[in-house]
Amino acid sequence: MENYLSLLVRSIFIENLALSFFLGMCTFLAVSKQVETALGLGLAVVVVQTITVPTNYLIYTLVLQEGALSWAGLEEVDLSFLGLITYIGVIAAMVQILEMALDKYFPALYHALGIFLPLITVNCAILGGSLFMVERNYDFGESVVYGLGSGLGWALAIVALAGVREKLKYSDVPDGLQGLGITFIIVGLMSLAFMSFSGIQL
Amino acid sequence: MGLRKILDDLEPLFSKGGRLHRFEALYEMVDTIFYSPADRTRSAPHLRDGIDLKRVMIYVFLAAMPVAIMGMYNIGLQANTALQAMELSGIGGWRGDIIEMLGIGYDPDSIGACFWQGFLYFFPAYVVTMVVGGFWEVLFAIIRNHEVNEGFFVTSLLYVLVLPPTVPLWQVGMGISFGVVIGKEVFGGTGKNFLNPALVGRAFLFFAYPAQNSGDAVWTAVDGFSGATPLALAYEGGVDAIMAAGVSWNDAFYGLIQGTIGAESTIACLIGAFFLLYTRIASWRIMLGCVIGLAAMSLLFNTIGSDTNPMFALPWHWHFVLGGFAFGAIYMATDPVSACMTSTGKLYYGALIGVMCALIRVVNPAYPEGMMLAILFGNVLAPLIDYFVVQANIRRRQKRHA
Repeated sequence: MENYLSLLVRSIFIENLALSFFLGMCTFLAVSKQVETALGLGLAVVVVQTITVPTNYLIYTLVLQEGALSWAGLEEVDLSFLGLITYIGVIAAMVQILEMALDKYFPALYHALGIFLPLITVNCAILGGSLFMVERNYDFGESVVYGLGSGLGWALAIVALAGVREKLKYSDVPDGLQGLGITFIIVGLMSLAFMSFSGIQL
Repeated sequence: MGLRKILDDLEPLFSKGGRLHRFEALYEMVDTIFYSPADRTRSAPHLRDGIDLKRVMIYVFLAAMPVAIMGMYNIGLQANTALQAMELSGIGGWRGDIIEMLGIGYDPDSIGACFWQGFLYFFPAYVVTMVVGGFWEVLFAIIRNHEVNEGFFVTSLLYVLVLPPTVPLWQVGMGISFGVVIGKEVFGGTGKNFLNPALVGRAFLFFAYPAQNSGDAVWTAVDGFSGATPLALAYEGGVDAIMAAGVSWNDAFYGLIQGTIGAESTIACLIGAFFLLYTRIASWRIMLGCVIGLAAMSLLFNTIGSDTNPMFALPWHWHFVLGGFAFGAIYMATDPVSACMTSTGKLYYGALIGVMCALIRVVNPAYPEGMMLAILFGNVLAPLIDYFVVQANIRRRQKRHA
């Protein structure tokens, strides 16, 4: 239990996907103008991440890993080179299902997220989550916790960024920096503040 | 009224169509230093009050004075005590030459000797901050056509007070440049930034030049003397280690400990706090929130306990007086620009900072002093706290009128 708790804290704060690995930047910068939409997208990322990381874990250990197919008499086979494309396929399928579910049950959120929901498919934070899971040899329980934690961390970061950007509506940014330029600077300063977690040993 | 006349005579040069119109911001700056501007609010909302940004900033500046004076005395005291213990005759360098020339001496028992030595560390850093930071401030004001703001006085003083005494002067300039330009001016100047510019500058130095801005050797201005701050000591051995180094709770309360130029003395901070609260400049909610947050979190850590990390056992009344907690809670966290705007939000914001401060101090060995990063983290989340408070208000009212 303690192990899971420390993994959860680590994946939310210390190894924050957005602010310490700078993953998923395209959606992070594009959909952070309003807190409300950012909350929706953050929620979508949490859901997708919590589903895809454990699913990819199962696929990796049961099919792709070296020797995983020994039950079929194929002990020498190592399919891990197919990892990348498989994970992307799984993520795409999950996002498609999520999109249909949102369209049916939460049309308002579906329209608010618009084009950015399909974009989660190619969001590197989602793929990064699965790749980190493989690289760090998490087991099934850990991969569920890590998926949830890294999703929550990314959601926290994008909602905080949206809050700051809403506040900065009243700022007077020089012409050359308006829009994305100042957003990059804000993200940099935010990750400076998130440095407070780096170095924590759990 | 000679000065008023000179300023009035110069005015046409700087106003629209004048030869020096480009430098209007400079004229405006000098004018408003000496006289209250005649400008009045023209459009709603109106509020009848004698207070303006200028008075707010001057009050904060005054409130930070006891801290600065106490801090200067403490730097000298620490250095002179170290000199006596190491049986050295002087600090050398140009500061040593000045002390020699003026015959100030190195007696740790003499208040004057300690104060003036500290002054020789504080003042050059302050001058560099004013010159370099002021340059950026005026440059942006002229090019971007806004006024030079009094907020910079406060930023510059607070920034210098949280630096270690031995920091090289060129780094002081680098830090304030980063703080003023990236922390404030790229967003349009005072009131439009989202992080405290003084802390942005300090954090920049902390991460860019860790050797000169953290560790054990930077806190006392004597070559070859290494003295850990009490917080670093507590990380090694808890309260016992602090006591073993000859630091009592009272020493920490009065600020006679290893640390930054001016952020160590809790009693001086409290004097400033009374002034700020009496004049209603700073928010009592934020200060209260910080205290509650820190106390609750340190009590929680006390209860959890740890065999390997003695910092877990550090009681809350030690947390209050060590490091920059009091200074940060009173002067830094209450910065009205980067803090929460809503009343309820201010309490949560303060509590978040207190909790984060205890958390960073206790579980993060990389940064024994947690207050700076805790406030920056609070600044980042402040708009979000406001957002949720406002949403909760809207929901409650909708329910009431449904």
